[in-house]
Amino acid sequence: MGAIVENKPGSTSVASRDSFGDTLVRLGETHPELVVLEADLSESTRSKKFAKKFPDRFFQMGIAEANMLGVAAGLSLAGKVPFCCSFACFVTSRFDQVRMSVCYSATNVRVVGSHAGVGIGEDGYSQMGLEDIALMRSLPTMTVIQPADDLETAGAVEALLTHKGPAFLRTTRQKLDRVNKEGYKFELGKGVTLVDGKDLTIVASGGTVGGAVKAAALLAKDGVSVRVINIHTIKPIDVPLLAKAARETKRILTVEDHQVTGGLGGAVCEALAEVEPVRIRRHGILDVFGESGTPEGLYKHFKLDADGIAEVARDFLK
Amino acid sequence: MPNDHETLSALQRRAFDLRIDNLTAITAAASGHPGGTLSAMDIMQALFFGEMRHRPNEPHWPDRDRFVLSKGHAVPALYTVLAHAGYFSRDLLPTLRRLGSPMQGHPANFITPGIEASTGSLGQGFSIAIGMALASKMEGNKFRVYSMIGDGESQEGQIWEAAMAAPKFALDNLVVILDHNKGQIDGFVDEVMSLNPIADKWKAFNWHVVTCDGHDYTSIQAAFAEARATKGKPTFILAETTKGKGVSFMEGKIGWHGVAPTQAQLEDAVRELRAAKAGFEATIELGGKA
Repeated sequence: MGAIVENKPGSTSVASRDSFGDTLVRLGETHPELVVLEADLSESTRSKKFAKKFPDRFFQMGIAEANMLGVAAGLSLAGKVPFCCSFACFVTSRFDQVRMSVCYSATNVRVVGSHAGVGIGEDGYSQMGLEDIALMRSLPTMTVIQPADDLETAGAVEALLTHKGPAFLRTTRQKLDRVNKEGYKFELGKGVTLVDGKDLTIVASGGTVGGAVKAAALLAKDGVSVRVINIHTIKPIDVPLLAKAARETKRILTVEDHQVTGGLGGAVCEALAEVEPVRIRRHGILDVFGESGTPEGLYKHFKLDADGIAEVARDFLK
Repeated sequence: MPNDHETLSALQRRAFDLRIDNLTAITAAASGHPGGTLSAMDIMQALFFGEMRHRPNEPHWPDRDRFVLSKGHAVPALYTVLAHAGYFSRDLLPTLRRLGSPMQGHPANFITPGIEASTGSLGQGFSIAIGMALASKMEGNKFRVYSMIGDGESQEGQIWEAAMAAPKFALDNLVVILDHNKGQIDGFVDEVMSLNPIADKWKAFNWHVVTCDGHDYTSIQAAFAEARATKGKPTFILAETTKGKGVSFMEGKIGWHGVAPTQAQLEDAVRELRAAKAGFEATIELGGKA
């Protein structure tokens, strides 16, 4: 057992919405085709930074997400690369517009959903993206990406500038401890093995990756060797890497801040059922609504922090 | 400026052929929307034969004017006009709705040349047209964008989100045409969910509003010219149309919204349209010019 990547948990901690906003500004300088649309949440999604720097390429569409998605599709069909921002729950709830105007019209729209999961805290369920991955993943041609730290977010946004086809990018309100090392290169569709191990593989994504890495360290103290795989691209998912982990560790625990039905857990089950069926425990939001609380309190309540993930892993290994 | 000025009589003569081809395709498919294609046909012909700058042999020409059919179920009319304009062979028209055919039941832009956006879930094409018009403005107003919406479609909330948005961006390169044929599947629009007063709603949303007769080419062209001359705001054309226009037994009948004619009915319709065309041609010869 040994870490493939040198982790310094907590050395850098940035919300992926912030990395997103900063990266847009950086790339905006050299990419005139990059445009941004917003539905009255520019402060929250962090698209405001781009708005200030490039007012001619920022379109404030008001609280009208359906129209915003269609306008983004039109901009894309005329050669622009639009990033279309709102909370994950609101923007993906306009499912028909994403389905028809964004996907079936063969656009390069980037649907950006911030405020992923219970990690947003106090606002409660209505503002939490908890079904967005399931919705977006079901659409033909759609790519689904959820970065785990600032480096990965920057890499994902950059990759999406040139990627062909529609994409959904899911960002967090809460800060994320850096899990990748300086110089990290984002590769769309490729999972990242953060910790190697042989008794169990924890597959995590986005806001739960940092906790999964720490849980692996806790479990190591019990003498359990845990592999941690970060799946930033949920669609198309890295089947070979998952199959290898299934073969080598026999058990898979998926951990996500999203409904397990249709989310990362669903995606991993679907992938492995066909190529390497093993026992899988899906951990995340278990078919319930989110609620208000502090982000930390909610992560503890839903067992998405390091202690909670380790507890679920121990139970799974019994 | 429009790149292909045809005589009025050429448009009027072709209108009969377009209707025949359209109904023949729908009959071959044994499903489709006769009513709303016949109501929209003359406006679409006026767009592609005179009003719009476009290149049928270069469908992706970046500077082309765009037409987004928001009421996607009228696509057989658009296929017919595109075929007559030279985008693809007329022979494809009767393959409408057949497996493997580029003549999909509703518009799919990555499949069919000349189709700018995939529509058919109502309320969405109009927003896409706004995005295209914004992109045009970003590049020095290179092209104009036209979108046709239906009156039943106007019951969708997204239509009004879009109606709010276009004037904000002063999109005077955008024209929305309402095919006001007054019918939808479940009945008359006024009974299902009335839109009245239509013109006042669009004026209140800060659009330049023009009314025209959607089957009179002079009236349609005058509305387009007025839109072109309007600066600082988008134009809404309220086109008064008749569902099933041109076929007496279909005109104004709700039942013809989404039902294909039988072969016998098609033959009746074609006979009527051919007779009307012959009558029209005789009038031209008598009068010299129309």
